[in-house]
Parts: sequence; C-alpha cells; structure tokens
Amino acid sequence: MGHLDDFRAETRAWLEENCPESMRTPFSNDGDACWGGRNWTFASDDQKIWLERCVAKGYTAPTWDEKYGGAGLDRAQERILRQEMKRINARLPLSSFGIWMLGPALLKFGSEEQKLKYLPPITRGEIRWCQGYSEPAAGSDLASLATKAEDKGDHFLVNGQKVWTSYADKADWIFCLVRTDNSGTKHQGISFVLFDMESEGVEARPIKLISGRSPFCETFFENVKVPKENLVGELGQGWTIAKYLLTHEREMIGEMEAPRPLSEVAAQTMGLVDGKLPDSLLRGKIAEAEIDDWAFKMTMGRLLSEAKAGMSLGAKSSMLKYYGTELNKRRLELMMDAAGQDGLEWESDRSNDGQLARSWLRTKGNSIEGGTSEVQLNIISKHILQLPGA
Amino acid sequence: MGLVLNEDEVMLRESAEGFFADKAPVTELRKLRDGNDETGFSRELWKEMADMGFAGILVPEEHGGVDMGYMAAGLVAEQMGRNLTASPFLSTAILAATALRNSGTPEQQAAWLPKIAAGDVIMALALDEGGKHNPRGTTVTAKPSGNGFKISGHKAMVVDGHVADALIVAARTSGEPGDADGISLFIVDPKSKGVDVERTIMVDSRNAARVDFDEVEVAGDALLGSLDEGMDALGTVLNAGRAAVAAELLGTSDQAFQITVDYLKERKQFGKIIGEFQALQHRASHLYSEMELCRSAVLAALTAMDANDKNTSLYCAMAKAKLGSVAKLAGVEGVQMHGGVGMTDEYDIGLYLKRIRVAQELFGDAHYHMDQIASAMNY
Repeated sequence: MGHLDDFRAETRAWLEENCPESMRTPFSNDGDACWGGRNWTFASDDQKIWLERCVAKGYTAPTWDEKYGGAGLDRAQERILRQEMKRINARLPLSSFGIWMLGPALLKFGSEEQKLKYLPPITRGEIRWCQGYSEPAAGSDLASLATKAEDKGDHFLVNGQKVWTSYADKADWIFCLVRTDNSGTKHQGISFVLFDMESEGVEARPIKLISGRSPFCETFFENVKVPKENLVGELGQGWTIAKYLLTHEREMIGEMEAPRPLSEVAAQTMGLVDGKLPDSLLRGKIAEAEIDDWAFKMTMGRLLSEAKAGMSLGAKSSMLKYYGTELNKRRLELMMDAAGQDGLEWESDRSNDGQLARSWLRTKGNSIEGGTSEVQLNIISKHILQLPGA
Repeated sequence: MGLVLNEDEVMLRESAEGFFADKAPVTELRKLRDGNDETGFSRELWKEMADMGFAGILVPEEHGGVDMGYMAAGLVAEQMGRNLTASPFLSTAILAATALRNSGTPEQQAAWLPKIAAGDVIMALALDEGGKHNPRGTTVTAKPSGNGFKISGHKAMVVDGHVADALIVAARTSGEPGDADGISLFIVDPKSKGVDVERTIMVDSRNAARVDFDEVEVAGDALLGSLDEGMDALGTVLNAGRAAVAAELLGTSDQAFQITVDYLKERKQFGKIIGEFQALQHRASHLYSEMELCRSAVLAALTAMDANDKNTSLYCAMAKAKLGSVAKLAGVEGVQMHGGVGMTDEYDIGLYLKRIRVAQELFGDAHYHMDQIASAMNY
C-alpha cells in the first residue's frame, strides 16, 4: 500500500498548489462546466488555468495511457485522485462526451492510428464531440435507425437525420451510427463513423425543451462525405460498439446525483418547527427518498467493486440507470413540493432564473434518454430474470 | 465501504446455505405448525446450530464462542430467512449475546455467555409492551426494594419468551414514559414468583410471549448495565437486532421473489407462459432493482456494526426501514403474481408474506425508522 499512500500525498499536494480557489466550489448551474472545443469561451481565467494544469498532468482522462493524453493511472490511483478532488470540492476540469463516451469506444474498438489522432485533442479540450444515435423514427427502438452511408469508393456518402443530439450546435465532431447495409436484420448493417461537424451538408438546429433550454438538436445530413478511414471497428460492427457505449452512458446517467441533500434543501425552503419539517407527510416522503438515495449509492459502490477491474456491469447497469433516474425524478418532485409557491418562479434573480423549476423539468428526460425506464426493465427481464419472450 | 464478501464470509454463507436448506427448510416449519409443537421450534436443530458455532457467533472465544462478528451473524440470519427457519437465534445469539458482551459484569458474562454458545440456554428480550415499538415509552417499573428491585407491569412481543430460561427486562427506574433516561435492564428468571408467561402464537406460526410482572423481586446483581442508563445498552442491542432482522428479511424477501419469478416461468394462461406478459415482467424487474438496494443496505449496516462506525445507528435504522418496505412489497407482489394459488396454504408464498409482516414490525417498522432518521438528521 506504500506507493498508494505516496500517490495520495503527492496528489493532495499537487491539488493544493494547482487548483485555483474559485474552482473549489460545486457547480451552481449548468453554465459552470467547462466543455472545451474550437469555439469555447472560458467563463473565467481560473477555469482556463485549471484545465491547462490538469491537461499537463493528464488528469482530464486519468486512466488513459500517457501517449493518448492521459495520466496512465490504475483504478486504485484514479479512485484516490477522485477522492482527493472531492475532498477540496475541486470541479471537474473538463466535461466531455469525448472522454466519457467516444474515448472508451475508441480504446476498445479503434485502430492505433485513430487512437493517436483523436484521443489527445479530446483530453486537451480542443475538440468537442457529440453523439449521433437517436432518429425521429428510432428512439427506444434505436436499432431501426435509417441514416444511410453509401460506399463511394474512398468515402461514405451520408444522408439522413438524427435527433436528441446533445449540444450538436456547439460540437466540433460527431460520432454517429449509420446504416451501411439493409440486407440483414436491423441490428446488422449498422456502422460507427466519425466526422467533422463543419463538413459540407451538416446542419444542427437546437430544440427548445419544456425547461426553456436547448441542450439538444435535430441534426441533418445531406450528401455529407465521410472519409473511409473514419470508420471505427469493422463495417457492420456499429451495434456492438453502440451497446458498449450505451452501457457507459447508463452508468454515467445512473451516477448523476443532486448537488445537495434533499432534506437540507427542504429544511431551508420550508423552515423547521420544533426541529421538524412542518408538513409531516412530506417529511416522511423525504426521509424515504433519502434512505433510497443512501441505499442506491451503497449499491453503486458495491456493484462497481464486484465488477472486476475493467469489466462492464452488463445488464446490471440497466438497473442502475432505471433506479437512479427514477429516484432523481422523485427527488426533484419533492424539492418542488418543499419549495411550494417560491419554486414556481421562472424569470427572476431571486430564483436564479427558475433554476429549481428548470432542473425539475430537466429530470423528466433522465428516464427517457439513454433508453427509457421501460426499455431498462425489458433488459432486466430478459438478461437477468430470464423471463420468456422478454 | 466495498460491501463485497471476503473468502471466509463466502465460505460461511455457503455452509449456512447448505445447513439450513438441509436441516430446516420450509417443510420443517409446516411440521412444527401442523403438529402443534409445544415450543414452535426444534431443540435438536438449535443444538446442531450450536455445534456449527452459530449460537456462539457473537460470543467471545474466552467464553466458548466463535466471535465472528455481525457480518457473519447476518449471513446466517439471511439463510434462516430464506428457509423460514424457526430458532432462538435472534433472541439468544444476537440480542442476549450482544447485551451481555457489551454491558454484562464479568460474573454475568461468565454465567450466561458459555451457555449461550453451547446452546444450553435460551434468553429473551422483554422490551415492547404491545401496540407499536417504542422503547422510550417503557411503562414497566422496577422500584428499589431491600438490596434489589420489585418489577411490575406488562410486556408483549417477547420473542421466544415462552421458552426462555432468562428474560432481559427493560424497566423504568426513574422518569416518565417517553423519557429516554431512567430505563434499566434486568436479568429475570421467568420462574420467579409473580411472573406470568403466556405463549402467543403469531401469524407466522412463530412464537413470542406476553409476560406479566406482579411485584417480582430481583436481587441487585440482576441489573444489566448502568442504572437509569439502560438506553445506552439497549441502543447497541437494538442496532444488532435491526441489522439481524434486516438480514433475515433480505433472505426471506429474496426467496419470496425467487419463487415468484419461478412461478412466472411455469404458469400458463391465454396459451402463454405468464412471464411473457410485460405487465408482470416490469413489476418483477422493479422488485429485482429494489432487492439489489436491499442487499447493499444490509451489508452496509452489518459492516458498520463490525467497524463500530459512528453512523451505525443511522445505517441500522435505514437498513431496517428499507427492508421493511421492500420485503412487504415482495410479499404482496408475490401473492398477487401467484394469483389464486397464492391464497392457498399449500403454496409457500403465503408463509413468506406472513413472516415478513412479523419481521417488519420487530424493532420498528419503516414508518418508525423514517421518523427517527428524519429527527436524527435534523429535519
């Protein structure tokens, strides 16, 4: 254990010296995260400095190999890094679909050339990626996607439409599922390609949501030329890669947690009478949600320890995704209940422009994106309970 | 908390799994019930459990136990829950052993712990008084008398009280019902003058007792722990009881869930296996998810007990609350998904439903613990 203790001491000292003071507070809203990319404007000098220092250390993608821009940490070291960052409330230096989603897929399925070309700019926050999966007629039934990529010798010609493309209007490149073959079953003939969003024929239109915000786009492709070398894995292997990626996405969404304990928010908004929330029925529901939150966190920890290093949780990730997102919805409903009339304001400084109400509305999508709750329950029924016909 | 079992724990679980499935499956409970057994459990089984080391699982080695800790005790309780095994494990090996090892005098420990480990004695905790679990509400009194005390009042839900060789009685030595202070614990011989024990056969075919104390005289050395500060000793005993019952409920509800899923795979209606219906698949999958949370909650509580974690009380309360509500769901859904046969005595699912109802009430149901947790967390 000696070398881990040394690593902890070094990491702690490095963070102490290098993490700017203003980067040691939790995100107060979506706008605080640093996403990087060609057109990124840093919210503050500290945000820029913090990113640059982490990039130099390989800490934006700590477990990736150094030649790909990571720090080459093993899982035990990575855990220590996360614990030490959490200890001082250090912000994530870079939020990135490239790191969370594309990276793991490239590391597993990409060629060495692709890894060397795409991974380092991701770790440096230079290229921002978006994910082209869902289509208007292929949501929960993702495998029925129709965007086609025709073989034109040295390139694919891509035509079609994606929807729910996160931040497509702000992204530099897209990793995209396309149909390269129609002859087999719907799961066959899907391929995984990468291309520049500045390519001719690409258009992203933001979708305004019930929260009033627009984190997603409709994305159109008209005769977009994609070089052949941008295919990841084998032709027709896209569904395997997509499933692998979705597992990662589910784990990530399942892990999302509310920034402050529900009971603390409720105590602040409702006030306490004789040390108790004044509404005893609501108090009971809040206690129930807090117990579930605790048990859920214990479960995440347990399942991650059980899964051997580097191995996926398999269908159990569907359980985490299902439970985590439904719990998050419950929590935000209870926060709205606790906030009462004050939680309804939409446009005021007092409400930080309706922060709570917008967050509440945003959570409704948690159990839809990345596979609906119902799809997760289907997966559990089939792969874990092995019920017939599931 | 990693919450992953180590090699020794996996071995213990496997040995307990085999032992209870072989010696005390559900058919044994049916035999005890249908034969109107005088005690409601098997003394031979209890002796065999002692030989396996289960009776002395929390007894220090110097007193003849194996001292394996609460995680080990929980793993045994889980397997008993799975098989609906009736035995004095909870009352004697968990509650009494915890009370004695933490609060007993050297004389009390020497007198009782070796006998607990050997399976030669059964002890029962007389705490609740009927209605809802409410330790602070204790009304039974113990008044100074000569060199000792005189105990008067009524206890109920004294698990294994009908066969106990000794009772651990919570009585008020000062203060008013509702006060946390002023409660003391006493070791009382149920054969003493003035003690009246009535066996109460419960809905789950297991046994408890109502016990009346009419000016029962006990000597000064019957006091277990400090005078007026019995809640301190009780706190640890109740944490142990809650963690152990939560572990038992994990086994009971998981088995109820398993037999329900098995039934979904064999029953046919409308020309289909009913497990093909999505309405049932989704309910089963939801229950599966809840069971995963339950397992983590139980392991966290047991780990905290063994580590003497500062949050032990909170974790035990959360585990008992979570298991109370999910086990209830498992029982209720189990019967519903069985359909008509779920209402018959022939099928086991009803026995699980009934045991869950009793175990969820023991040491506080989900509502009790939610209230306690909210207060402990200052809201």
